[in-house]
Amino acid sequence: MGELRLMKGNEAVAEAAIRAGCDGYFGYPITPQSEIMEYLMMEKPFERTGMVVLQAESEVASINMLYGGAGTGKMVMTSSSSPGISLMQEGISYMAGAELPCLLVNIVRGGPGLGTIQPSQADYFQSVKGGGHGDYKMIVLAPASVQEMSDFAKLGFELAFKYRTPVMILSDGAIGQMMEKVELFDPVPRRTEEELIRQCPWAATGKPKNRDHIIITSLDLDPAGQERVNLKLQAKYKVMEENEVRYELINCDDAEYLFIAFGLSARICQKSMDLARAKGIKVGLLRPISLFPFPVNPVATIAKKVKGILVVEMNAGQMIEDVRLSAGCSVKIEHYGRFGGIIPTPEEVVKALEQKIIGG
Amino acid sequence: MEEQFAKLDIRKEENIVYKKTDLLVDRALSYCPGCGHGTAHRMLMEVLDEMDIQDKTIGVSPVGCSVLAYDFMNIDMLGAAHGRAPALATAIKRMWPDRFVFTYQGDGDLAAIGTAETIHACNRGENFVIIFINNGIYGMTGGQMAPTTLPNMRSSTSPYGRDVATMGHPLRMTELVAQLPGTYYVTRQAVHTPNHVRKTKKALRKAFENQKLNNGISFVEVVSNCNSGWKMTPVNSNKWMEDNMFPFYPLGDIKVDGKLVEKAEVTKKE
Amino acid sequence: MAKIKGDIVINVERCKGCEVCIAACPFTVIAMAKEVNGKGYRYAIKVNDECTGCTNCAIVCPDAVITVYRAKVTAE
Repeated sequence: MGELRLMKGNEAVAEAAIRAGCDGYFGYPITPQSEIMEYLMMEKPFERTGMVVLQAESEVASINMLYGGAGTGKMVMTSSSSPGISLMQEGISYMAGAELPCLLVNIVRGGPGLGTIQPSQADYFQSVKGGGHGDYKMIVLAPASVQEMSDFAKLGFELAFKYRTPVMILSDGAIGQMMEKVELFDPVPRRTEEELIRQCPWAATGKPKNRDHIIITSLDLDPAGQERVNLKLQAKYKVMEENEVRYELINCDDAEYLFIAFGLSARICQKSMDLARAKGIKVGLLRPISLFPFPVNPVATIAKKVKGILVVEMNAGQMIEDVRLSAGCSVKIEHYGRFGGIIPTPEEVVKALEQKIIGG
Repeated sequence: MEEQFAKLDIRKEENIVYKKTDLLVDRALSYCPGCGHGTAHRMLMEVLDEMDIQDKTIGVSPVGCSVLAYDFMNIDMLGAAHGRAPALATAIKRMWPDRFVFTYQGDGDLAAIGTAETIHACNRGENFVIIFINNGIYGMTGGQMAPTTLPNMRSSTSPYGRDVATMGHPLRMTELVAQLPGTYYVTRQAVHTPNHVRKTKKALRKAFENQKLNNGISFVEVVSNCNSGWKMTPVNSNKWMEDNMFPFYPLGDIKVDGKLVEKAEVTKKE
Repeated sequence: MAKIKGDIVINVERCKGCEVCIAACPFTVIAMAKEVNGKGYRYAIKVNDECTGCTNCAIVCPDAVITVYRAKVTAE
């Protein structure tokens, strides 16, 4: 059993980053995620592991610090919330184009614009469908507990370096702020310079005599070259789709109806499921954990078996588009959500199921 | 006897007193004829060669005419987003403290979109070298006005001349950053005559030697011509630069070893 | 009797005809050729034997196309 602690989601992802061997955190304060950097500063990871923590002058500077660190093979991360993540989009596109690994944490708040500081799930499109310019994807993991905030930091870094891609933990203000029991994993030491160069022969670390100089860039002014880059990226994303789908099925064996929800909404749906079953409604829950790659086949399979699907997400209907694309068949699919930082109650979700799916 | 001297062939390896450094990749530069970028690249690479730090140097190139600098410099490099090179360099140097790190930026990169990154890297006293090529115009994108374009100077977006009332005055970033405690060495040089080139090389050498001291930013501005943007021949553009750019951007050391230089030295012209 | 003699070799295919070297040379050793190179640039050529190997031209050349030789020579 690993070390047990009662922690906030924000604190858990920060502690996990130190333990995962992160080399550098570069970020900017924004509510409701500032505790991530505050925790890191308090912990003095430079003394614990040599990890650099720097408060940058903006989110724009932060993501570009990540680009610099990642280009030299370092394990780097940042965190922000919705408007700050918007500022980072150019940098994310650059890192995807240059095939650089990094961990991004978005503690989503209500929007659009300056919005509010309470939780929301309205950055699904931004994370999964682009956000930045050009044809790129990044792996998006949606934690639904403080435990997953810790576990996904380690997993996120592993996937980032496995595929040379940005990886995003798409959380929200509630999970970031709530306190739960966490079992922390044993610390992994930061890589030595030799280990880094062995793991990342593509990184710009200083040109020795025995190789050509390395250039980290996302520019190729020759269209044929740029097309080759894009084909390579697309091939990579196909491999991700085949190998990195993660999801959870709860109570689906006998389900006649289905909730599909991620993150905080999935927690609410679990309670709604209990309430509905107590009324005799046989409803199950499919919780996508990886939003990209989306669990297309699991959704397609289960959509054929149920009479209706309620997609519960705290936005105006974003993941539901991927559910519809995946289901492909004629099962009834409806959306239920609240906006602006309002969190739906389990009771209203059951009511929505009854009215929109069962009744309607 | 003069005839005999004239005919003697001295083109032998042992007689070479100047040749292109191996730290410049052996390919044609993409810069316009006469552009100061080429000379600045060469001085930088000669300094790295003489200090024997090719394997310990990581450079960051900008967006602008020198976006392809990484194709010409035989060192490991990262191409930054427009204006963001000091952010990249900050992270690189903090996580690789034993490497020599520099940014190489133009006037739009450093003084327009990158103003915050420039000022904050200088303010934090990061330990890398910033090389700032100031030609008072946006070359790569076709000659638009830059923050450093002179009053009344024509550009494609100030076709009647820069009107300071609506477009603001030119920005002297070098004097600005010299005020910050985080800058250790701040100087302004040129590369249009052999003497100026030699001085620039000395300045760059000093900047990289400073990096060993961990005392903050060394900021080397190089005032350069842009004959394409200014619509002149290279030789005429160098003359125009002497007559117009240098009075506004005076050459010389502005800050040495962490101390501002007395004003009298700054206004001394070559 | 010894004297310093210099010589320059210009990579004419890389020369872009900017003429900055001509302005830098103290002895008018360099002038522009009438011909153009493969890129269409007129290029710099050595037009006399007065070169002293001072390296001014090479130092100021933006494209680093000049290699400079210098030797102390004696005539028999």
